Amino acid sequence: MSTPEKARVEPDDEPVVATVDELKPLYRQMLAIRRLEEASAKAYSQGKIGGFLHLIIGQEAVCVGATAALRPDDYVVATYRDHGHAYAKGISARAMMAELYGKKTGLVKGLGGSMHFFDKGKGFLGGHGIVGGHVPIAAGAAFAAKYRGDGRVALCFFGEGASTIGGFAEGLALAALWKLPVVLICENNQYSMGTPLYRSLAVEDVSMRALAHGMARDRFDGDDVLKVKQRIAIAVERARETNEPTLVEVITYRFRGHSMSDPGLYRTKEEVEEWRRRDPLNRTRVRLEELGMPAADLEALEADVKAEIEDAVHFAETSPPADEYFPYVIKE
Amino acid sequence: MAVISYREALNQAMREEMERDESVFIMGEEVGHYQGAYKVTQGLLQRFSSRRVVDTPIAEMGFAGIGVGAAMVGLRPIIEFMTFNFSLVAIDQIVSNAAKMYQMSAGAFHVPIVFRGPSGPAVQVASQHSQALESFYAHVPGLKVVLPSTAYDAKGLLKTAIRDDNPVVFMEGETLYGTTWEVPEQEYLIPLGKGDIKRPGKDVTLVAWSKMVWVCLDAAKALAAEGIEAEVVDPRTLRPLDTEIICDSVKKTGRCVIVEVGWPVAGFGAEVAYQVQRQCMDHLDAPIERVCSDDVPMPYAKNLEDEVQPQVKDVVAAVKRALYLA
Ligand SMILES: Cc1ncc(C[n+]2csc(CCOP(=O)(O)OP(=O)(O)O)c2C)c(N)n1
Repeated sequence: MSTPEKARVEPDDEPVVATVDELKPLYRQMLAIRRLEEASAKAYSQGKIGGFLHLIIGQEAVCVGATAALRPDDYVVATYRDHGHAYAKGISARAMMAELYGKKTGLVKGLGGSMHFFDKGKGFLGGHGIVGGHVPIAAGAAFAAKYRGDGRVALCFFGEGASTIGGFAEGLALAALWKLPVVLICENNQYSMGTPLYRSLAVEDVSMRALAHGMARDRFDGDDVLKVKQRIAIAVERARETNEPTLVEVITYRFRGHSMSDPGLYRTKEEVEEWRRRDPLNRTRVRLEELGMPAADLEALEADVKAEIEDAVHFAETSPPADEYFPYVIKE
Repeated sequence: MAVISYREALNQAMREEMERDESVFIMGEEVGHYQGAYKVTQGLLQRFSSRRVVDTPIAEMGFAGIGVGAAMVGLRPIIEFMTFNFSLVAIDQIVSNAAKMYQMSAGAFHVPIVFRGPSGPAVQVASQHSQALESFYAHVPGLKVVLPSTAYDAKGLLKTAIRDDNPVVFMEGETLYGTTWEVPEQEYLIPLGKGDIKRPGKDVTLVAWSKMVWVCLDAAKALAAEGIEAEVVDPRTLRPLDTEIICDSVKKTGRCVIVEVGWPVAGFGAEVAYQVQRQCMDHLDAPIERVCSDDVPMPYAKNLEDEVQPQVKDVVAAVKRALYLA
């Protein structure tokens, strides 16, 4: 079993300077994602959501911090573990929850479910179920941005498990060769399903794959949402200004099983507990307290999030069932 | 006879063949420590060690190719795809390499390999994870394609597939793992290319494989209540195809309904229909009917997913059309 330390990077220098104003919206997003995931887990256990459900609980700081470094018209491409990324990109809890329920009012009308969130207006290019297959897609969006010269950047999220598959290797090679404005973000949560790092990677540092391509790289802990934002912002700026891609590895941890059907027997309780103690969500809340955000304000924010998620569940529960699928096979 | 699950039957087949032949090994994602994503390889790592039960990273193209290379020089790999949807990432190794090697090398190299794993739509896993890909593989000369519907067939066919000297694409029903059937204690093998009558009947022939056999058995029950006796023919392997058992049945009943969970266009049922009309023209009393999934990627919502796939009522309706009762 890999020790959590093994994958950790050296704690770096000073903590990132923060203000309440900057941190508060990020905390709100992280909290909303946590509550949304908890609500979907509950609905899943009640049989209201089906299929595969992969929760991102524990990793919220990565998608929230990274997406905060974007312009609204930038692109995000994600895996099947896509709820957090979608929310961070501005997709509503209502549309997401209704999708999970398979309702007509869902984000993609009940056609995609948990793994396939898409929103063209928000620049959210999925929600992909085949590991690694979306890496070239993100490079393709970046290709189009460069082609049109519109200054957009694409962020592509994937797990460390994806770093062994051809889609990743080929996407990386082409992004480097053609200098595409894409930031490839490996959310290294240290397990690919039940497989710990040491049984899937000969070198347990995914960011080093950039070296062979002469590509910029970065690697850091994903506990601090502001740090994620600042470090990803550097890569985003590099992409926007120079079309240079970056491979970024963020060390993180998922608190739940791979999906709802995974009891997670391959990790010790102690290991999971240790990571829960450093929960990025709690950490952000503590930081806000330290920065002097009044308790009443925090509670108001939390009540607001609770209401938002309850409203989303109610919306999903009371929406009509999905009812059409033929119109979307071929565009006429 | 013991009644065991389809999952257990597959597990027994691999266990027995690994006991029998040291050159057989299993390779795939989560097959060892995790005991299989669908628990088909449960206990095998403990029994045979990580030398013969090999966990892989997510690299289907890579480990399928490693299987082909190892098979060329004398091992007998069982390559597990977590589901056959992911075999698409490896299809070049299966189609361009495994299937071609024997002919390309004028018989110098044969490739005794089994590519196995769950296939066909499961429940609410949406378009990228809900595909019936047997027609893709059945198209390719050099491959054998097997789709067992029962625990009994699963065990006997997998043992034969492992002993076969050719690449075998062995597609298990993702929703069938928990189904049970009588399986003898003593060893048995089922030849590839021999179909099976799952239910005798005189009025109409239903041809189906994998999960659709179960749908047809239910449809046959419903039809029997109306006095219509359907014969359910399960070819069990699509390549080679037992056209004889299908045509013998159609010659008896004069009517044929082919039921598959795949898409209609260029689906394997079209090949079956061609063979039947070619060989049974004078015996057919009605046009051959096909029941397939709708011609769409699979939607997620449960109600739509059920609508897309062939249901008992669709089979019953097709039978009635074939009997001019509709
Ligand atoms: C090509 C392919 N192979 C296998 C799978 C099944 N699968 C889905 S997620 C997963 C593990 C992925 O782990 P990682 O990339 O580390 O991402 P994480 O789930 O940890 O976010 C596997 C094996 C798949 N979806 N696609």
